[in-house]
Amino acid sequence: MTTALNPKFTFDSFVVGAANRLAVTAARTVVENPGSAYNPLFIYSGSGLGKTHLLMAIGSQAKKVAPGFNIEYLTLDEYVEAFHAAIAAGQGDAFRRRFQNVDVLLVDDVQFLTGRAEMQTELLRLTEVLQGTGHQIVLTCDRPPGEIAALDERLISRFSGGLVVDMGVPDYETRVAILRRKAEERGAAFQPGVLETVAGADFVNVRELMGALNRLIAYQAVNETPINAEAAKQVLGLASVAAATGGGSADEFAQFVSDVTVTVGKAVEAWRSRVAEAILRWEGEGYRTHRLEALLERDAPAAVDEAITSFVKDVERLKALETEVAALDPQAAGQSIFRDPEHMPEAEEAAARVREGAGPPPAPSPAFPLAQFAAGASNQMAMSAVAAVLAQPGKKYNPLLLVGRSGLGKTHLLNAVGLELAQRRGAIVACLSTQDFVDELIAAIDGNRMDWWRARYRRATALLLDDIHLLAGKERTQEELFNLFNLFLDQERQLVFTAPTPPGAFQGIEPRIASRLGSGLVAELTEPDRDVRRGVAERLLVQLHQPTEAALLDYLADRPVDSVRALTTLVQRVVGAATAKEQPLSAGLAREELEGQAPVGERRRTSGFRTSGIVVSSAGGVRSREKMVWDWPEPSDRVLEESR
Amino acid sequence: MSLVNFTAREITCKIVYYGPGRSGKTTNLHYVYGRVPESRRGRMVSLATQTDRTLFFDFLPIDLGQISGFTTRFQLYTVPGQVYYNATRRLVLQGADGVVFVADSQARQLDENIESLQNLQANLLDHGVDIRGMPLVLQYNKQDLPRELILTSADLDDALNFRSLPSFPADALHGVGVFETLKSISEQVLKRLSQGTTA
Repeated sequence: MTTALNPKFTFDSFVVGAANRLAVTAARTVVENPGSAYNPLFIYSGSGLGKTHLLMAIGSQAKKVAPGFNIEYLTLDEYVEAFHAAIAAGQGDAFRRRFQNVDVLLVDDVQFLTGRAEMQTELLRLTEVLQGTGHQIVLTCDRPPGEIAALDERLISRFSGGLVVDMGVPDYETRVAILRRKAEERGAAFQPGVLETVAGADFVNVRELMGALNRLIAYQAVNETPINAEAAKQVLGLASVAAATGGGSADEFAQFVSDVTVTVGKAVEAWRSRVAEAILRWEGEGYRTHRLEALLERDAPAAVDEAITSFVKDVERLKALETEVAALDPQAAGQSIFRDPEHMPEAEEAAARVREGAGPPPAPSPAFPLAQFAAGASNQMAMSAVAAVLAQPGKKYNPLLLVGRSGLGKTHLLNAVGLELAQRRGAIVACLSTQDFVDELIAAIDGNRMDWWRARYRRATALLLDDIHLLAGKERTQEELFNLFNLFLDQERQLVFTAPTPPGAFQGIEPRIASRLGSGLVAELTEPDRDVRRGVAERLLVQLHQPTEAALLDYLADRPVDSVRALTTLVQRVVGAATAKEQPLSAGLAREELEGQAPVGERRRTSGFRTSGIVVSSAGGVRSREKMVWDWPEPSDRVLEESR
Repeated sequence: MSLVNFTAREITCKIVYYGPGRSGKTTNLHYVYGRVPESRRGRMVSLATQTDRTLFFDFLPIDLGQISGFTTRFQLYTVPGQVYYNATRRLVLQGADGVVFVADSQARQLDENIESLQNLQANLLDHGVDIRGMPLVLQYNKQDLPRELILTSADLDDALNFRSLPSFPADALHGVGVFETLKSISEQVLKRLSQGTTA
């Protein structure tokens, strides 16, 4: 049903002149940005001026640009026929589905919509669907939408809603160009002046011009002699026509319009139209065109072509930058700075930033300031190591490895060091978990942007990795870290890591890494002492807006917990209980909550239970479910929990 | 008045047919009117006296459609030729982008032609426009009259066209030279597009 696209009708074979340049530019823009630039694109012109050629050129080019595209070219008559056939076969829905899935719909000769109310409704619906789904529609017609007789108002507004362009009769120079190209295509050679004579004649459209050329080719082939300009006139009957025009032919007005078109072409097109065209084109691609628009405001700007060329050069540069940036960091590529040729230096800068490592590497979390880290005898060594590191980053203890069981505040301390280091001038602190570090590397390998990844970390003045033991088995990450390690050590940039055990006990980590990890200072954090516990409890209560009376703090500090995390759980529990009972938190209340009415059970739970925060209530049920799987001492209890 | 509006992509040309009384200015417009397809022309406004003389002015808007992406409109005006309607002439001249001077080729009308041309110059000057800067073409109408009654184009050029402006012999009644004249003035006017707007 659908007419195949004629392979001869391409943009390359379309001769562009002043009269159709706008339409061709719009068509090219549509191919490059289907569905977004001008939708629908409505092209109108008199018969034989290249509408169908242009429409098919859009189709062919779109196919070339996006081979997967579903492209339909058809005349309105074919569309109507297909519709009627579908309706007759009871396949109306299938028909609609077929057209709703088209990526680029090209409809020729829509003027035949006149008086076809049901087709107008159908087309309106299709237009709405296609526009809604971002699919391109291009229509051609022999008149503007408003002049199609008996056309639904809604369709007129739909058609006019995108871009409406016309194509005029080609001017003399374009006619000569068309004739030369067509003669060449057909392998015909003419004496000088012949084609110019034909172009100078009064043909109202290109089709007639082609007819004249064909006659000359045929004449020349039959007579086997090259035809001259005079003979050409006679063959085409131009001599008599010229004589007749003196008295004023009926089409004087058309001729006049054509002449004016040429004049406007020469005057306007001379430079303003080239500018307007460039604006149309680049605006369609989403670039800002202020610079060109400013040209239009001026009366007689010098060096228009240079301005356009430099604009295009800038745009090309922006495109290149954006492509480059997209390869490094897809998110950064979407920035509007890459669409604004007015701000080239900024765009270059942005690209350079991305190139050099783009957005800085992950920074330490501001939730862990050093001031809130409770110091005491249990972490004295770590604290003094940190103080030394902060006093002389990269010089004294490098790397610093913080070792300790889970929940002792290693992550807090690591981030706190990071925050302190980040306050220095020009500091770029990379602080993240080893897991994230590995994930980023995998993403970089996946996105083929290892250079970017490396550059990003090489820029950092300090690298802090949490849970470095997670490197186990990650050979590529170890390799990359090894290189970074050496770089940082050489340049006296600080490295800080955390791990649950000293490096000697690491499994799955290459000895060269493990030994380097231990080469600086290994500072251990142990179970929090009373001072630390008191400090942590005080900080937590302040954070939770609770009273911090000495008795309460002492009571909490005396609780035998083995990690800061367990203490945190404890504090949250007593605060929760106070809130539930709607009483101010006090030492008594905390005791009641933690030791309850079953002090016997309390003793039993001391070692295994205290970190879990689980307590057996008087009713015998489990009140808290935190960490139950890992710390549960009795398998029988576990079954009870799981069955709940 | 702005000739070309790039924002709205519109070109509007105001062309005034000037000349002595009974030289054929309205005839020019009538001929053009007859050749323009109905859809492209506005209503021709003609305020004529009972004896068919232009009392006030004629106005013919023509829509040339989209040209190079510009909605192009021509507005053709005539002025009343009689000497005592000078105020009207001056008014019509205001904002003109181009002037067609329609001269009467009859030998006995030569003085009227010269007088009218001088009047045109004076009226333009009243608007602060130098006639040398205004697109202007001459049309020597009534060339179809018997040879003995009229001056040839060459004679008229000698008498009127001392600035070597484009000039066209014409028979406006039958359309000879009408569109040639219009085309010539349009070209001159539109050439100013490249220089921006009119004065």
